[in-house]
Amino acid sequence: MTIQKGKEATMKRSTTIAAISAALLATTGLARADGELNIFNWGNYTAPEMIKKFEETYKVKVTVTDYDSNDTAIGKIRQGGHGYDIVVPSASYVPIWISEGLLLESNPNQMENFKNVDPKWVDVPFDPGRKYTVPWQWGTTGVSVDTSVYSGDINTAAIFLDPPAELAGKINVVPEMADIMHLAIKYMGGEPCTGDLEVLKKVRDKLVEAKTKWISMNYGNIEAMAKGDYAATVNWNGASMRMRLEKASIHYGYPKDGYPIWMDNAAILKDAKNVDNAKLFLNFIMDPENAAMISGFAKYANGIAGSEKFMPAEMTTAPEIVPPAELADKGQFMLTCAPEVQEIYTKIWTEIQK
Amino acid sequence: MASAAEIAEKAERDDIRNRWLLTTPAIAIIFLAGIGPLLVVVLYSFLTPGPYGDVKWEFSTGAWVGVFLQRDIFEGTLGIADAHLSIFLRSVWLSFATTILTLIFGFPTAYFIATRSEKTQALWLFLITIPFWTNLLIRTFAVQEVIRNEGLLNSFLVWSGIVSAPVQILYTDWAIALGMIYVYLPLMVLPLYASMEKLDFRLVEAGYDLYATRFKVLTRIVIPLVKPGVIAGSILVFIPSLGAYVTPRVLGGGKQMMLGNLIELQFGAGRNWPLGAALALTLTVIVTVALLFYVRYVAAPERRNG
Amino acid sequence: MARTFAIKRQPGFATIAMICIALLYIPIFTLVVYAFNEGNSVAIWKGFSLRWFHAAWNNDKVVDASIRSVRIASVAALIATVAATMAALATTRTKPYRGLTFKYAFINQPLMIPEIVTAVALLIVFARVKVATGYSGLGYLIAAHTAFCIPFAYLPIRARLESMDLTLETAAADLYAKPWKVFTRVTLPLLWPGIIAGLMLAFVISLDDVVITEFVKSGGQDTLPTYMLGQLRRVVTPEMNAISTVFLAISILIVTVFFFISRRRT
Repeated sequence: MTIQKGKEATMKRSTTIAAISAALLATTGLARADGELNIFNWGNYTAPEMIKKFEETYKVKVTVTDYDSNDTAIGKIRQGGHGYDIVVPSASYVPIWISEGLLLESNPNQMENFKNVDPKWVDVPFDPGRKYTVPWQWGTTGVSVDTSVYSGDINTAAIFLDPPAELAGKINVVPEMADIMHLAIKYMGGEPCTGDLEVLKKVRDKLVEAKTKWISMNYGNIEAMAKGDYAATVNWNGASMRMRLEKASIHYGYPKDGYPIWMDNAAILKDAKNVDNAKLFLNFIMDPENAAMISGFAKYANGIAGSEKFMPAEMTTAPEIVPPAELADKGQFMLTCAPEVQEIYTKIWTEIQK
Repeated sequence: MASAAEIAEKAERDDIRNRWLLTTPAIAIIFLAGIGPLLVVVLYSFLTPGPYGDVKWEFSTGAWVGVFLQRDIFEGTLGIADAHLSIFLRSVWLSFATTILTLIFGFPTAYFIATRSEKTQALWLFLITIPFWTNLLIRTFAVQEVIRNEGLLNSFLVWSGIVSAPVQILYTDWAIALGMIYVYLPLMVLPLYASMEKLDFRLVEAGYDLYATRFKVLTRIVIPLVKPGVIAGSILVFIPSLGAYVTPRVLGGGKQMMLGNLIELQFGAGRNWPLGAALALTLTVIVTVALLFYVRYVAAPERRNG
Repeated sequence: MARTFAIKRQPGFATIAMICIALLYIPIFTLVVYAFNEGNSVAIWKGFSLRWFHAAWNNDKVVDASIRSVRIASVAALIATVAATMAALATTRTKPYRGLTFKYAFINQPLMIPEIVTAVALLIVFARVKVATGYSGLGYLIAAHTAFCIPFAYLPIRARLESMDLTLETAAADLYAKPWKVFTRVTLPLLWPGIIAGLMLAFVISLDDVVITEFVKSGGQDTLPTYMLGQLRRVVTPEMNAISTVFLAISILIVTVFFFISRRRT
């Protein structure tokens, strides 16, 4: 089992699936070429066509491995011995990655395609001037509401924190501590990552009270909304768009008290073995056409200007992807909270679910 | 010449040595890829949490104190960590209920299989395990699909006129119970079957000859004979369900944490690895003590036939 | 002799068994139905189509992950069952001896620890080993899976052994059969149902594992459950149903072949 990755894949193929076509063999043969690139990314998040294009353009064999949370990813990389070159952490974790010296200062801002990055995403608080990271995809956390059940204002966190009677008992809340605390703190008039105990006490009391009107704390799946198990759910914008495509009355609300923006960013690891290929890759995904492939697959916006014209029309105009003008500035990056604040949040989170 | 007693003693020593040799592979594997690494967890439970996960190499008993005591965030008073306690009790209760329910359903099923003709037994066994060739998550989603308000079960109930409107099953404790039976049934059926298959029906017959009722035969003859299987099955269901969280979340709605979620939270977004380690070790110690007690005092009489 | 009184029968048991089988298969049935869904959802029917089978077959990641899952599960379940059988032989049908309770607790230990904790512990230790040896193959996953499969194989085998008395083996030994012969000709055939039960449990337990695999795997070592985990937060498509359906079909095929072979032999 000490054979090279590419070779191993080829062997496995030819020995296990005997009936495989010659054409497929030819493509794996090609993949054995010059170099390798190991990407560690969120599951179901990397467009296969985009990877294929990169492999063919640069004759590099790419291996994509999945993770399921920021904490798993950083936990694994910290321990070493991982063998990855590229990782895609969320904005709220990037400062941790940088401060712990896990990322390579690869200066994507000097790369050829950097000019394509939407200026709005260049001077970001988690990586000012983009010395480490390149935008992958970004989105928002808001609420999805079935407007055939409730026709009032949906652009508010009151949907799940002070639910209208029509929705009570039909609300789902995603079990994501960071997103929910952000929404609840903003709703109670505080700032995300605040350590102000007065605000936090109000937040806790509000969450405890609101929870009695929730039906579940689960990842809001499309089926549950479309089939009416839920009438509303805290949700990510891309997921909400998929819901609307299944049931037209499901709309996405941007809480006007403030909602979290998240952004996942590709970066090179400090102990990467294939740094050159990794740099090629960062440059590659800043190309509008390639960025559009990423978005087309995972259904979130990407932060590369000019990629819209390569994307399906329904995405560039979707109300879930493009916030209404009056609510656009209510969004705020999710941040890295101080450890002592995080500890309080964990306690509150445990308490509301005890 | 050695005396008979010496020979017997030597035979016994050899027997014990052989028994140690036979256990070596299992112990070695579990040590290397199970218990050995756990020593790290013990160590971690005495360290200080790192600012963003992992640990700082400074000694601290904070995690252990945190398992049992908690400083109120707002009042600043030190009290019993009632959140941990109630989560713990809920998990134990759920596992207990699951064990009883799988036993109620699994025992007759295993008995049914064990009393089929020899040729078809394997077929029935496979029939029980085949659903488990599919992923747990996708299976859980499938159960969700069946029991939701617009699902198969409710459609049937409404169609047949048993109820007039769909019953809310999904996101209730009933859904958890159903889901847990679903997930853990084979863990109960297979060990039960393994010990029932050899059941000596001459004893059953003797029971009937003495005018025992079917129920008496079951409780006085069958159940005592297959007790090892009941014990094995109960352990296999009880302990893993302590850590279950997919089923409570997807089917039960996950509004309340289970022990598995609580520990995972500490290693994840909670960023308190030492507390996670200490919570896990507390659980392990309690379960191990319970198991040893069980083996010593409940299961021990079964070891007679040696 | 003709017996009008069925001594093996217990009232209601057959009914409960049938309910259990139905309970197990109704969700499986819906899962298979939606594998043929035209739409993107695992619960909203849009018409018949084979597109998700196509999608799964053409998705290299899924095909690779499926093969890897089966590979790990087969190897781990086999090793675990052999080790567990040996251990069960050594810990049953004996007078209590020093260390017996210890062994029992030790072998069952993987059951007692929440998966996430074993996962983190293995991550920390294996990462060091990976750095030191440079080896990052499937061996780590197989070792980890084998370890947690052992108790699942051990308990049914042990239960079986405990319900077997030593009479037959003693008789064979009295007839001067060598210990190995006694084992292969007497003990093993009697023990077989326990071993099969243990092996099947170990196999499905390994096939389903996600948390430990997620932490131990190296690059390019996704299994079906870890691939599936990524879908949980984003979107679950009938692709997974399609793969599951293929798995079911294969398992049913194996069972059928197995059944006919064993029938021919008898």
